[in-house]
Amino acid sequence: MTLEAIVFLTLSAILLGSALAVIVLRNPVHAALSLVLSFFATGGLWLLLEAEFLALTLVLVYVGAVMVLFLFVVMMLDINIAELRAGFASHLPLGLLVATGMVLALLSMVGGEAFGPLAFPEPPPAPADAANTRDLGRLLFTRYVYPFQIAAVILLVAIVAAIALTMRPSRQTRAVKPEWQVTIRREDRVRLVKGLTEENR
Amino acid sequence: MPLSAYLIVAALVFCISIAGIFLNRKNVIVLLMCVELQLLAVNINFVAFSHFLGDLAGQIFVFFILTVAAAESAIGLAILVVLFRNRGTINVEDLDTMKG
Repeated sequence: MTLEAIVFLTLSAILLGSALAVIVLRNPVHAALSLVLSFFATGGLWLLLEAEFLALTLVLVYVGAVMVLFLFVVMMLDINIAELRAGFASHLPLGLLVATGMVLALLSMVGGEAFGPLAFPEPPPAPADAANTRDLGRLLFTRYVYPFQIAAVILLVAIVAAIALTMRPSRQTRAVKPEWQVTIRREDRVRLVKGLTEENR
Repeated sequence: MPLSAYLIVAALVFCISIAGIFLNRKNVIVLLMCVELQLLAVNINFVAFSHFLGDLAGQIFVFFILTVAAAESAIGLAILVVLFRNRGTINVEDLDTMKG
């Protein structure tokens, strides 16, 4: 067994174990942390596949930004874990059935000789001066520059949407709200009361 | 390692997250995490094929998937926070306002 195979098997075992932990752990914080571990293992697998830039991007963007966001939200929400786990056991048979069915279907497709070493021989290892980041950047800024711009716009839209959804106006302001002013009715502002006169005293 | 080894690992991760969606169908946070796992499995396939076919287009595609997934999870979590603020729960079964 070569060193590469040992590294691959170790990383795959970590990835599968942490993926299982994500779905069975009771506490969402623990689930998020095992998702972080599975991202790290996947980053290692991508390093084996000579995709260095994407491996680093996965760790930086996902572990550094997205999972921290997940952890923030999990810790901010005061959720009742026991109530959310109520149907776990009753859904177990159906989930296992669907999962094993999909596993068998997928394995019969990708596990055979169609994607084996004969059909897809191992490419020669990249030379020592190969630069994955440079090659990716060259493609990204020439051939895929239009999708790149669209991706930037998608990120901008996501920022605006996330802020617009979660922003609450400050409670200290005393500004008048035009939409309240135009919907006001006379009865809300003026009330006629019978004055105290000699007759109804 | 042959290509099929990477594809098998990705398929297993994908099926684990499918099972997770069935098991944790009440908890929106874990559902979002399972969706992230599925995207991860698909990305493993893309990178493996890109390596074995010697074509960088697969890695470019993974780059865009990472971008869109980051945007998706940011908006999804924002919706989750607003939901919890308004309803006080994130149980999927309590979110039946539009049921009529």
